Amino acid sequence: MPDSAAVERTDAELIAAVLNGETASFEPLVKKYQPRVFVTARRYARRESEVEDIVQEVFLKAFQKLRSFRGDAPFEHWLMRLAVRTCYDFLRAHRRNREVSFADFSDEESDWLERFAANPSDAGDDAAAARQLVERILAQLSPAARLVITLLEIEDRSVKEISALTGWSVPVVKIRAFRARAEMRKCLKKLAREKYL
Amino acid sequence: MNLAELQRKLLAAARANRPGEDVPYAFEKRVVARLPGKPATDLLASWNRTLWHAVAPCVAVVLLLGVWTFLSQRNDNSGETLAADLENTLYAPFDSQIETW
Repeated sequence: MPDSAAVERTDAELIAAVLNGETASFEPLVKKYQPRVFVTARRYARRESEVEDIVQEVFLKAFQKLRSFRGDAPFEHWLMRLAVRTCYDFLRAHRRNREVSFADFSDEESDWLERFAANPSDAGDDAAAARQLVERILAQLSPAARLVITLLEIEDRSVKEISALTGWSVPVVKIRAFRARAEMRKCLKKLAREKYL
Repeated sequence: MNLAELQRKLLAAARANRPGEDVPYAFEKRVVARLPGKPATDLLASWNRTLWHAVAPCVAVVLLLGVWTFLSQRNDNSGETLAADLENTLYAPFDSQIETW
């Protein structure tokens, strides 16, 4: 019954066991936290193979840096900081400079934009086209801007939380948030000019 | 086109679309299979931890020395004050210079 025994062990006990050389004790930790790490990774990577690579890297880094976990905060917070930083590294490494033009949009996305242009209330927030569209717009942003917009506007986190997750100071987060919003507006303006002006 | 409203709608769409929590089958096995033998020893973290552990004893030593110096000065009846000691020490080279020349 090794699985049921592992479930009963706390994070601190499992971490202590891993640090004492019992590598198998890391598996329950991975099992427990992988759904949350997958959610985070899916916010920044589209392809499932990329998501899996990010999650794997997060856990490998967590294992390697486990000795630096002091236990002052819950393991989950420490792991999520590692996950956000790994996602940021991924965005920087896979920076795509391809400019999106209106011609790249699918019919659904174009229809949604046209409906919005005609009457904003006709274009629903929950439409799949809107979700694809925002994904495209986010992919246009710089890594820092995308990270800040995702954490601040989409995940609804506070500036202090973002500061703790990214390791940036509070003023830096505020400046980057301001620039990120401006960058996103610029991107939308470009698209609007291309199609509607 | 109202860009602020478009931005708001798109962000609301992204907020409503939380990514799934589904995990590929036996993903944890894949991770564990790739783990190196032991977690790496983080020298910087160990040094950092040691320094933090040393903070409390160092503060205690400083406080004890401070109290001891304060009390020993109060009990010293020679009439010499710290200011006079400092002055004598600072002027010592000049005094010896006058004697030499």
